[in-house]
Amino acid sequence: MGVQGGWPPAMNIVVLVKQVPDTATERKLSSDDKTLDRAASDGVINELDEYAIEEALLLREKHGGEVTVLTMGPDQATDSIRKALSMGADKAVHVNDEALHGSDALQTAYALSRALGRMEFDLVVLGSESTDARTGVVGAALAEYLELPQLTLAGKVDIEGRAIKVQRLTDYGYDVVEAQLPAVVSVVEKINEPRYPSFKLIMQAKKKPVEKLTIADAEIDAAKVGLANATTETVDFAPAPPRAAGTIVKDEGDGGTKVADFLAEKKFV
Amino acid sequence: MAEVLVLVDHVDGEIKKVTTELLTAARRIGEPAAVWVGEGAESGKARLAEFGAEKVYVAPAELNDYVVAPKAELLAKLANDASAAAILVSATPENKEVAGRTAVKLGSGVLTDVVDVDAEIVTEHSVFGGSTITHAKVTAGIPVVAVRPNSVAPEAAQGAAVEEEVSVELSDAAKGAKVTERVVQEKGARPELAEAAIVVSGGRGVGSDDFSVVEGLADALGAAVGASRAAVDSGWYPNQFQVGQTGKTVSPNLYIALGISGAIQHRAGMQTSKNIVAVNKDPEAPIFELADFGVIGDLHKVAPQLTEEIGRRK
Ligand SMILES: Cc1cc2nc3c(=O)[nH]c(=O)nc-3n(C[C@H](O)[C@H](O)[C@H](O)COP(=O)(O)OP(=O)(O)OC[C@H]3O[C@@H](n4cnc5c(N)ncnc54)[C@H](O)[C@@H]3O)c2cc1C
Ligand SMILES: Cc1cc2nc3c(=O)[nH]c(=O)nc-3n(C[C@H](O)[C@H](O)[C@H](O)COP(=O)(O)OP(=O)(O)OC[C@H]3O[C@@H](n4cnc5c(N)ncnc54)[C@H](O)[C@@H]3O)c2cc1C
Repeated sequence: MGVQGGWPPAMNIVVLVKQVPDTATERKLSSDDKTLDRAASDGVINELDEYAIEEALLLREKHGGEVTVLTMGPDQATDSIRKALSMGADKAVHVNDEALHGSDALQTAYALSRALGRMEFDLVVLGSESTDARTGVVGAALAEYLELPQLTLAGKVDIEGRAIKVQRLTDYGYDVVEAQLPAVVSVVEKINEPRYPSFKLIMQAKKKPVEKLTIADAEIDAAKVGLANATTETVDFAPAPPRAAGTIVKDEGDGGTKVADFLAEKKFV
Repeated sequence: MAEVLVLVDHVDGEIKKVTTELLTAARRIGEPAAVWVGEGAESGKARLAEFGAEKVYVAPAELNDYVVAPKAELLAKLANDASAAAILVSATPENKEVAGRTAVKLGSGVLTDVVDVDAEIVTEHSVFGGSTITHAKVTAGIPVVAVRPNSVAPEAAQGAAVEEEVSVELSDAAKGAKVTERVVQEKGARPELAEAAIVVSGGRGVGSDDFSVVEGLADALGAAVGASRAAVDSGWYPNQFQVGQTGKTVSPNLYIALGISGAIQHRAGMQTSKNIVAVNKDPEAPIFELADFGVIGDLHKVAPQLTEEIGRRK
């Protein structure tokens, strides 16, 4: 794997970006092969990935170096690449191959690990969860494939030389986690406030290099990706049954009492 | 019958409810074998037996010194040694990561945010903000399944809970990310959000960082407190209490939404709650579409009255 060390310690950062259907629109699975119906809704950049991009940009501002966007997805994913570049990333790599269609979470992590294997980086930054599939496993699985330290669910990142320290969010607060670069970091929402692209950056983004890779280019084993080789299978899907209509009352000064009656009926009080 | 490994969630020996749910689900598939990491197995064992654990594997606390990877090495080793039928973990952010790494090691597949699982290990999922129900299965190797807390009703059944110490020789790769400090933030006496049987959440309608109207009701019900993103973004309530797509997913028996409009991203985190109560002054608020019981009114009037009424009826 190409990992860059060296002095001065400029940081080469790869940010993983996923294009997802807009949560504000109706999202569907396709009846053909039970994968995401991309035609049914508008694609947008996964929200948490904007935080990942922002964190990468902040680290670049502090330590120098380059930010490369890496995405795996169909042609439409170029929209998300443009967005990431117009926030300020330097260049992009787009893994796009029909053979990747229908890959599950682990296959996605495998394919991304292969693409990363031919890049030079000190740090991989990604979102902790996507808004469509929401498995939240890609960061951990990627660390497993790359055999790199897993610094996921980070609410704060500090780097000094080759030492990295993050606050990993937990149920009770956070853990302080320390490692040596290179490493994989996933971010949670509280980590920063993503910037809006400036007009100037939007114009510049159009000229930034986007490298296109097929699975052959990235040396991704075709037998390990795609719907036919997936480790999970969607058996069936259906719209959720609508909830039975509830009782809605207007507060006439006794609203709290009425709720208490409902709770008593349901044996909560 | 093949073993079904269940990763135990416990705090210093006290078992979380979700573990009893997982043991119940595991019995549908095979013979539950609990996997305990850290101290306290002696005191926790009885409860595992009560929910049918035939075996309790106990691994040393050092596994917790590094992020996720050691637990994955442990589970993969145990699963291979026992030719386990499946591995069940709770669908918390950390355990989903454990599930992912374990499945990579096993060359199998992982299913997350499962709301039900049957004897054939076909799983049910509630996806796209609760609008779609899917069924899925793992097609390669030993399935690793992450089940949402409060999805399976725990049922007692006596098990032998035979203890077996396990040691794992951690690889260097598993020791890459070291936990050097644990910081506990305002835990308080309230139950944990993801686990709680009752959750009371406040949104923008609360109006300020004075969340006492929400907390008061929560405490009267022994509930956890949640918040909408609008409330969290306004700085009224800490981030770890956010419910929704980018916050926690909860599935309690009762969810009470105070001053929350019911945006799809909020619904994604609470739609599978068994009973939903909403208080909102806007009769058009989408949260009422979900509510089993709703009150159109001012939460600052309705909630305190409800709190008082609960106190009176106790
Ligand atoms: C409704 C639904 C449910 C699914 N459930 C499962 C399941 O239970 N098990 C399973 O194995 N698969 C599942 N899948 C398939 C899964 O969505 C895809 O494999 C997906 O590419 C990766 O999973 P994720 O989005 O959940 O990743 P997450 O782990 O939630 O994403 C974390 C981060 O990984 C990065 N990332 C993820 N995908 C890419 C990408 N293509 N390119 C660049 N960066 C990326 C992003 O930074 C993202 O923020 C499901 C898909 C759908 C639509
Ligand atoms: C990608 C993405 C992810 C997101 N993730 C999440 C998430 O995880 N969780 C989340 O919650 N949101 C999330 N959101 C934001 C979501 O879209 C909504 O903006 C948010 O849920 C609104 O919070 P709210 O209901 O508290 O506020 P509002 O929508 O402003 O609603 C406030 C409600 O309070 C009512 N009200 C006001 N005063 C009173 C009163 N005195 N008494 C009674 N009712 C009153 C109003 O009628 C209104 O219905 C996400 C958005 C995006 C785009």
